[in-house]
Amino acid sequence: MSAVVLKDVTKYYRKYTSKRKFQTLKSAILEHNLFSHLSPKEIIKAVDGVNISIDREETFGIIGENGSGKSTLLKIIAGITRPTSGKLEVNGKVSALIELGAGFHPEISGRENIYINGIMLGLTKKEIDDRLEDIIKFAELEDYIDMPVKTYSSGMYMRLGFSVAINVNPDILLVDEVLAVGDASFVGKCLEKIKEMKRAGKTIIFVTHSLDLTQKICHRVAWMKKGKVMTIGEPKEVVDRYLLDVLGKEEEREIISSMSDRWGNREAEIVESWTEDMNGKRKSHFNYGDGIRIVMKILSKKELKDFVFGVGIFNNEGINVYGSNTSLEFYKPKVLRGESLVKFEIPVLRLINGIYSVDLAVHREDGYAYDYIKGAENFKVHSLNREIGIYRPPHKWSFEGGVEIEEYKKKPSS
Amino acid sequence: MKNLLKVFSDYRMLIRTLVGRELKARYRGSVLGFFWSFLNPLLLLVVYTVVFGFILRPRDPTFSGSPFNYALFLFSGLLPWIWFSGCVLESTTVLLINGNILKKVMFPAEVLPIVSVTANFVNFSFGIPILIAFEIILGHPITLYILLSIIVMFIQYIFSLGISFFLASLSVNYRDLQHLMVNIVTLWFFSTPIIYPMTFGVINRHKWLKFLLYLNPLTHLVEGYQRAFYYGRMIPYKRLTVTFIVAFIFLWIGYWIFDKLRDTFVEEV
Repeated sequence: MSAVVLKDVTKYYRKYTSKRKFQTLKSAILEHNLFSHLSPKEIIKAVDGVNISIDREETFGIIGENGSGKSTLLKIIAGITRPTSGKLEVNGKVSALIELGAGFHPEISGRENIYINGIMLGLTKKEIDDRLEDIIKFAELEDYIDMPVKTYSSGMYMRLGFSVAINVNPDILLVDEVLAVGDASFVGKCLEKIKEMKRAGKTIIFVTHSLDLTQKICHRVAWMKKGKVMTIGEPKEVVDRYLLDVLGKEEEREIISSMSDRWGNREAEIVESWTEDMNGKRKSHFNYGDGIRIVMKILSKKELKDFVFGVGIFNNEGINVYGSNTSLEFYKPKVLRGESLVKFEIPVLRLINGIYSVDLAVHREDGYAYDYIKGAENFKVHSLNREIGIYRPPHKWSFEGGVEIEEYKKKPSS
Repeated sequence: MKNLLKVFSDYRMLIRTLVGRELKARYRGSVLGFFWSFLNPLLLLVVYTVVFGFILRPRDPTFSGSPFNYALFLFSGLLPWIWFSGCVLESTTVLLINGNILKKVMFPAEVLPIVSVTANFVNFSFGIPILIAFEIILGHPITLYILLSIIVMFIQYIFSLGISFFLASLSVNYRDLQHLMVNIVTLWFFSTPIIYPMTFGVINRHKWLKFLLYLNPLTHLVEGYQRAFYYGRMIPYKRLTVTFIVAFIFLWIGYWIFDKLRDTFVEEV
């Protein structure tokens, strides 16, 4: 039996026009529509026809950009909000880590709040009595538990909230990005606890922006976009597809933002640039080991005798992966006039997975810029390997002596 | 209606805890703490006795010219009024204030108005020993009819809950309600025989005035308390029966609307 089954679940939200938003009782009575505004014409589909079936003991991740409907979906599963249409089946006791410590009363002590919060989350008084010690210990609040919650730091507040919620001992645990806050050591402790629940055979549903975490702990992942589920499947695969989609947008954004990062007197101007493969086909997604050509089209308004072409490649952390120019590589300029094409070719791309940006420049030998464009181009390198660093040298492993080790049959592309 | 009873039984623990929290948190941090629950009505009694008893001097024969008699009369109506007005005013904000709970925790929204009405009731009940103590001190006769006030309280509880459900659910969509109700409550106070008795000359001379006052369910409730506590007579059981039916209908409609609008709470608060 599945733990959670969503059948064609849809959630509409009302979208306010400015007129609606300021509707008052008076205007409602005057216009005789005290209730009519409850059946709105303008709606937002926060969750749109979602079908997911999550098995018992499964750890299920949901990823997607902000506003894609992840959190709404989680709230529907938690029973906080009802779907507009569709069927929801939940088998087992649910505890939701959506906002930690929601419902804490600042004036009363941590201990009393544990009872109130626990009862709100569906525990009985006796169950709380039994777990009280664990809750306090896990939250590391032994010395402060009898002080009013308003004196707590935000970290203490969060710890107490997490500790109560996790001790509800649910069959299904819903986690919504709550781990993004809090100090590193406590986050580690929380993750440990979640993993422990995973081992204990609980169903865990995870909404997160941490793609890394998703791949580490989830069995399956769903990627949501604009309220719809785009893919459900094996984490690595889904994360890759999601990243590719995000990249498309980032390229647009980068190009727009790069417009301001451009300087020079434009005596020679980079009028167009692109990346292409070795066959001259323009593209911005490359696999590891492919060849890439970075091309810039230059228009020189007058005849120039002093000129240098430069290329710089940066990874998404802004680290210069490689940079060079024609002067450094001993090309002596003679003449530049009219339109010309400059091509920088890398026959074998030995960069790791990631998004790279390219600076292009044409300048005088003393460095004075005719045209310098930061982030003129972007390209992505796709590799199924998950190494770290910036450069992937050709390499191999070999083993001798008392080591027995075997390669996986299905080897990811090299 | 059956659902509402189920809420009471399913969530009795939660309701009890939250009422406790409400009462505890109210005076937490003050020097006198819980003692304020008794001190508040006591100070109020003093203020009203001075203003209405000594300065304005009631001329109605009911009080035989005694400011203390008047104070006791006033207090028997004022205590339940404070309970009622507290419910009405709180109901317009109770869902908004607790919006975070509704949005982030799976939480039955109807518990919030129930907690508000119940906490105000408990607070009201702290005033009763003060009233009785003063009656004893002042040598005012106490009869067994005082026990019938429990019936009146029950009816008032139902009526308050109905009004609370109604106002709470509408206030989520119409924020104006909280400001409107502040004024309506003041008007309501003077439309209820609390500072004046029903035997007041003007009321007896004008039948229509009496009729208007009778349309107010609070009139019968307050009269019930006054008879039980002050006059030491039988409560007006016929009128209270009608009031009970009205209160029940209010609760039924109030809860129905609350239930209808429930899904909008999470989005609107």
